[in-house]
Amino acid sequence: MKNLINILDLSVEEIDELIAVADDIIANPEKYQEACRHKVLATLFFEPSTRTRLSFESAMLHLGGSVLGFSEAASSSASKGESVADTISVVSGYADIIAMRHPKEGAPLVAASRATVPVINAGDGGHFHPTQTLTDLLTIRHEKGRFDNLTVGLCGDLKFGRTVHSLIAAMSRYTGVKFVLISPEELKLPSFVKQEYLAAGNYRQTTSLDEALGELDILYMTRVQKERFFNEEDYLRLKDSYILTPEKMKLAKSDMIVLHPLPRVNEISTAVDADPRAAYFRQAAYGKYIRMALILKMLEVRV
Amino acid sequence: MNIDSIKNGFVIDHIEAGKAMRIYEMLRLGELDCQVAIIKNAHSTKMGKKDIIKIDSAIDLDLDVLGYVSPHITVDVIRDGVRVEKKHIELPDTLTNILRCKNPRCITTTEQEIPHIFRLANAEKREYRCVYCDTKASSL
Repeated sequence: MKNLINILDLSVEEIDELIAVADDIIANPEKYQEACRHKVLATLFFEPSTRTRLSFESAMLHLGGSVLGFSEAASSSASKGESVADTISVVSGYADIIAMRHPKEGAPLVAASRATVPVINAGDGGHFHPTQTLTDLLTIRHEKGRFDNLTVGLCGDLKFGRTVHSLIAAMSRYTGVKFVLISPEELKLPSFVKQEYLAAGNYRQTTSLDEALGELDILYMTRVQKERFFNEEDYLRLKDSYILTPEKMKLAKSDMIVLHPLPRVNEISTAVDADPRAAYFRQAAYGKYIRMALILKMLEVRV
Repeated sequence: MNIDSIKNGFVIDHIEAGKAMRIYEMLRLGELDCQVAIIKNAHSTKMGKKDIIKIDSAIDLDLDVLGYVSPHITVDVIRDGVRVEKKHIELPDTLTNILRCKNPRCITTTEQEIPHIFRLANAEKREYRCVYCDTKASSL
């Protein structure tokens, strides 16, 4: 595999391999601490991010490699009008692997077409975010022990929520998975995701979180993202559509888990954090390990 | 109605009735110097009505445009007054630089000089999606 643009660039078997490597890293971190010595990861973040960028950089540093890059378009040559293709042509000469986030959808595909080193999509607009999905999958495997026969509720901004699109694509490949799509009318799942990954019998749509909670094995909460709206008024109207509180958690199964790609604003009340079913901070920790496994795979480093 | 027979060029036949002008525009046939004939609503035993375009010049014909606008078109290639080839055109798998993506968040809106590529997402619905952002092409 040369690049990771869409989670479906990875087969189910390859995802299992990555999870196995991540588990081995969790168990024996010292075994991997020099694995990427003298290798350089470039993190090209044309859109601000804390978590994903730090997670990638931490992953590379824990493999003994080095990192370089920028964390916003303003501090890169993109602010001077340089194209993605040109930036990537240059950076290909400086790094062994590239992780890139860009506000425009499809930018990583353009990058991959020009790069001479592997490119990882670290989020492109409201489109895809495959490494978040790998993080979600590693979390689900650890918390639920399986991928099949799960009912997954996705709640909030399903229109622009790239993590939602990638997670549905990945989970739709396992048997017996049902999706409950919980969103306001304006933020419903785009038709391309429905058409490509969902079938009539395996999902339903609702606007009510309360109504759906009782049947879920996994609740995937998302933030209504201010940066995806062209119009402040729409954002303000929709931002408080769903707020998960301890009272609502009483409606959920005792072994349901709550996931969230983070950052959270107010869609999960901080009072929920103490609930053992709140798995989102554990989920964030898994992000580093699965990215370590991914970097090893893409650089074809065997430990 | 008589139209001179073609010496070197193409007869684009079995065009869905009413689609000939769209093909004329998309292939920019208006820019050609040679004879171009558009026949509208010609009788067809198979289709009832059909359109036909005749081009009396061996131009570089973009067959993907034809397949996209009206699948099941046939193209007769004429050389020295003789038909040397008959092509059956079906819906193309990809369209390059024929459509432009309308999604304001798509990389094609800012990145100069990248090809605009659409892939066939659903043949039954003749639906194409941008390879970069997956946005559906507006239908014809």
